[in-house]
Amino acid sequence: MNINATLLGQTIMFAMFVWFCMKFVWPPIIAALDARKKQIADGLAAGERGKHDLELAAKHSTELLREAKEKAVDIIALGDKRASEIIEEAKVQAQVESARILATAKTEIDQEVFRAKEQLRTQVTSIALAGASKILRREIDLKAHNDLLEKLLKEI
Amino acid sequence: MASELLTSSDYIKHHLQNLTCGMQDGSFHCAHSVEEAKAMGFWAINVDTLSVSFVLGVVFLLFFRLVAKSATQGVPTGAQNFAEWIVEFIDNSVRGSFTGRSALVAPLALTIFIWIFLMNLMDLIPIDYIPFIAEQMGVSHFKVVPTTDPNATIGMAIGVFFLVIFYSIKIKGLGGFIGELTLQPFGKFGMPFNIFLEVVNLIAKPISLALRLFGNMYAGEMIFILIALLPFYVQWTLSLPWAIFHILIVTLQAFIFMTLTIVYLDMAHQEHH
Repeated sequence: MNINATLLGQTIMFAMFVWFCMKFVWPPIIAALDARKKQIADGLAAGERGKHDLELAAKHSTELLREAKEKAVDIIALGDKRASEIIEEAKVQAQVESARILATAKTEIDQEVFRAKEQLRTQVTSIALAGASKILRREIDLKAHNDLLEKLLKEI
Repeated sequence: MASELLTSSDYIKHHLQNLTCGMQDGSFHCAHSVEEAKAMGFWAINVDTLSVSFVLGVVFLLFFRLVAKSATQGVPTGAQNFAEWIVEFIDNSVRGSFTGRSALVAPLALTIFIWIFLMNLMDLIPIDYIPFIAEQMGVSHFKVVPTTDPNATIGMAIGVFFLVIFYSIKIKGLGGFIGELTLQPFGKFGMPFNIFLEVVNLIAKPISLALRLFGNMYAGEMIFILIALLPFYVQWTLSLPWAIFHILIVTLQAFIFMTLTIVYLDMAHQEHH
């Protein structure tokens, strides 16, 4: 085998071929690889974002839960307070009521006592009058002394 | 290539001859002519085919091994992105053609595709470069495209063929495999005819695999050699389009070999066909 210009011809062709590959074969391959890389990167980023969103949502929900719990505690405290207030009020009212009932009863009793005394007084007067009239039948004129007795009755 | 020392036919012959070395007359040496290579008989080796395919295989394995070792989980860059792209492509092909479950098929397909692709790619190196370098180093012949050597393609096809037989027997059992060969398509009364048809069918698989790849690459190489006989200033008008077309051939042949391997193994895994 001898060396001649064939080698040169092949070198020309090879240089052109390499140029062709650089120009038309390499770029599409690189583009495909870049597209693949981008797709993976996007996918990973989307996954990361989803994870982040989830974390935020979880944080938010705990926050909400905490707030709701606080509110519930407040409401319960308020309710308790209100209940004790109502009880206090009722106690006061009951005391007032009982005092009033007591007062009424006392007045009624007083009136009753007064009426009984009055009756007793009348009866005592008539008994005394009857006794006196029996004793003094002849000596005392019923009509003349009635005014005197009446005066006496008033004194009692 | 017009020359007083070397005729066109010598040039072509020189380019189509492998570096065949073997034991002859009690010593190990390499053949300098086709006749000498033939005289060595079967027990000779094509050193160029073996060494180039070995080196390319090592390149493939090293590249993917390095990428696999340094693989990260984030956004892949550079070599990892490239390797993932290829693996994804192979994986899709296997999923599309192979219906069974096997841990072997996808790695096998990847190896076949990349290895054959790299070996075919040697065709795009100008045909005189490597023989020229070899000559400077005192080596008389060097055929740099292993897939233009039928020894390489038939060797790979036999590997696939053994796998087909192995999986046929493994999945269907020896009886099932023999039954498939003898009882189809005409039932047990057409047994001799069945055996003839099925054996032809079976043998045709590795032969078609090997010869398709060899024929395509050999023809491509042949045309490059013929173009190289033209005056050097017009060579590029033919060899450049042919080389560009060859980018397609190189990839396509590797892909076809891979796909057919997957399909044959798929058929071996299926109970009925």
